[in-house]
Amino acid sequence: MAAPLLEVRDLVVEFPGRRGTLRALDKVSFEIAPGEVLGVVGESGAGKSMTGAAIIGLLEPPGRIAGGSIALNGQRIDNLPAREMRRVRGKRIGAIFQDPLTTLNPLYTVGDQLTETMRTHLDIDAAEARRRAVGWLEAVGIPAAAERIAAYPHQFSGGMRQRVVIALALCAEPELVVADEPTTALDVSVQAQVIALLRRLTREKGTSVMLITHDMGVIAETADRVAVMYAGRVAEIGPVKSVVKAAAHPYSAGLMASIPPLSHRVDQLPQIDGAMPRLTSIPQGCAYNPRCPHVFDRCKVERPELLPAVETRAACWLFDSAAPRERTHV
Amino acid sequence: MSETPIFEARDLSRHFDVSRPALQRLISREPRRTLRAVDGVSFAIPPGTTFSLVGESGCGKSTVARLAVGLYTPSGGQALFEGQDLAEARRSVAQRRRMQMIFQDPYASLNPRWRVSDIVGEPIRAFGIAQGGAALREKVGGLLRQVGLSPADGNRFPHEFSGGQRQRISIARALSSNPEFLVCDEPTSALDVSVQAQILNLMKGLQRELGLTYLFISHNLAVVRQVSDRVGVMYLGRIVESAPAETLFTAPRHPYTRALMEAIPDLEMAGRERQPVGGEVPSPISPPSGCTFNPRCPLANDRCRAERPALIAARGTPETLVACHAVEEGRDGFEAREAA
Repeated sequence: MAAPLLEVRDLVVEFPGRRGTLRALDKVSFEIAPGEVLGVVGESGAGKSMTGAAIIGLLEPPGRIAGGSIALNGQRIDNLPAREMRRVRGKRIGAIFQDPLTTLNPLYTVGDQLTETMRTHLDIDAAEARRRAVGWLEAVGIPAAAERIAAYPHQFSGGMRQRVVIALALCAEPELVVADEPTTALDVSVQAQVIALLRRLTREKGTSVMLITHDMGVIAETADRVAVMYAGRVAEIGPVKSVVKAAAHPYSAGLMASIPPLSHRVDQLPQIDGAMPRLTSIPQGCAYNPRCPHVFDRCKVERPELLPAVETRAACWLFDSAAPRERTHV
Repeated sequence: MSETPIFEARDLSRHFDVSRPALQRLISREPRRTLRAVDGVSFAIPPGTTFSLVGESGCGKSTVARLAVGLYTPSGGQALFEGQDLAEARRSVAQRRRMQMIFQDPYASLNPRWRVSDIVGEPIRAFGIAQGGAALREKVGGLLRQVGLSPADGNRFPHEFSGGQRQRISIARALSSNPEFLVCDEPTSALDVSVQAQILNLMKGLQRELGLTYLFISHNLAVVRQVSDRVGVMYLGRIVESAPAETLFTAPRHPYTRALMEAIPDLEMAGRERQPVGGEVPSPISPPSGCTFNPRCPLANDRCRAERPALIAARGTPETLVACHAVEEGRDGFEAREAA
């Protein structure tokens, strides 16, 4: 792989609280190559949004990065002063959030918001910014862009608003876009339009994307590689086809199996019993061990690192080549 | 169908007045505005089966759910519970007990100040199903066990449970009056996918065991395929297609149904290029004339823009009811697709 654009190493995020410190992210590591779309999936509370927030420097206090590093193009960005981080955010990393209504400022026209963003980060004059703003609205498929530029966010529908947010995230030509559940608030027919748009624009500009979602279907169609998160850790990471079709980690395999298929009816859906542990009571060893059908003694004691599995890398002792072990069949 | 359906909607409508206040209307000379949330919907659910309504947000599916248990009164048409007018049926305690509802958000639908045993036990007390504290406790314990919780969980409060467990509590509460008809409004939409599988399996098991009849509301077609006997697809307050589940998914007829299925990202289709349906759902306050799908429909012609299509048996798949002029006239290319 070429030198990674984004490199996250052993990232730890903690929330100090009255009853001790909660570890929301526990040694999360991954890379995103230039132009690559990395999908991040997991159930609610697995830490996917937290990872995104840490990268764009918008962790909710009292949450803080307590260890590890985040590097963009070789430069550490996790320890930058707030002022400098603001230059990075917007200019080098764009962000798309779930709810377009809270992302956009209701008091400014979409044109003002686009031109302000571009003039803050790019060295261009007002006329040029305005010309580009119209161009961006056209690029994201807003009809009559030259007139709509003077409209306020509430005058757009949900799908159109999310298109404006995409334009806003991309207009300063960032190297990386962090998209946190960008289509979750949209209806399926509109979701398909927005995903297609995001994929086309980032491909054209060579922008890398970190796509955070709980919808495996969206990931399967959009991402190049995918990271599966569980209880604040990366359980498995690998090419999207391998994770979807032949997941190595028992959790990813169970997660994929529990998705109801559209193509046929099954009598009983495969289910993972139990629920993800709360951050206050993460089990020792592998966090998945109480729910895992293949669990053995070592899993309850020692935490597995990401190990090379068949086509992916999985944090599971089944794949420790130094101590091979047969999968138990259930 | 010889059996009396448990629930039947006959040309059911529900309109909401969304006008601005009278004075403002007077000043700006605006007419009253009506939102036709449900506009002439008909379907019947035979006992022991699951009928699902799917559609995008704002299509009126949740309004139908509320009409079906009497939380809304119809503006037009009829809701029938075992052949009896629903409002009439709900006046009798014995009939009211037989229908229950499960809501989407298990965080909002359980009273945070009540213990689980009180939440689950309330319908039992209200309907006088079990007499005495011991019998009540036993019944509640049995219900909790039935939904995969332990009787000891009755002493805890809702906040001590995860989303999936809370939805199990909602189901236990709904079952506590020994109902026969359950209206489930997006029961798994707020849950994670692995938990969704647990709840769907539980609901299927309960149906087999207790012979329940479900009206199942969902926006997720894959979920609907797993649970339904018959499916109605809604668009802007109307059912545009209704068919046995297998038929709907193997031979969808209405252009909207086909577009919906095309739009769903699916694991099987990794990396495919799609042709998403254009446009968005129009406002139900001022729906397009004729067929409401016509502005987004690739098959629309002048008749579609002028005349509202009726829900009739489809050519080729007679068990499917579809409201589409193109299908009726044979302009939908169904035969060609079948031949291919």
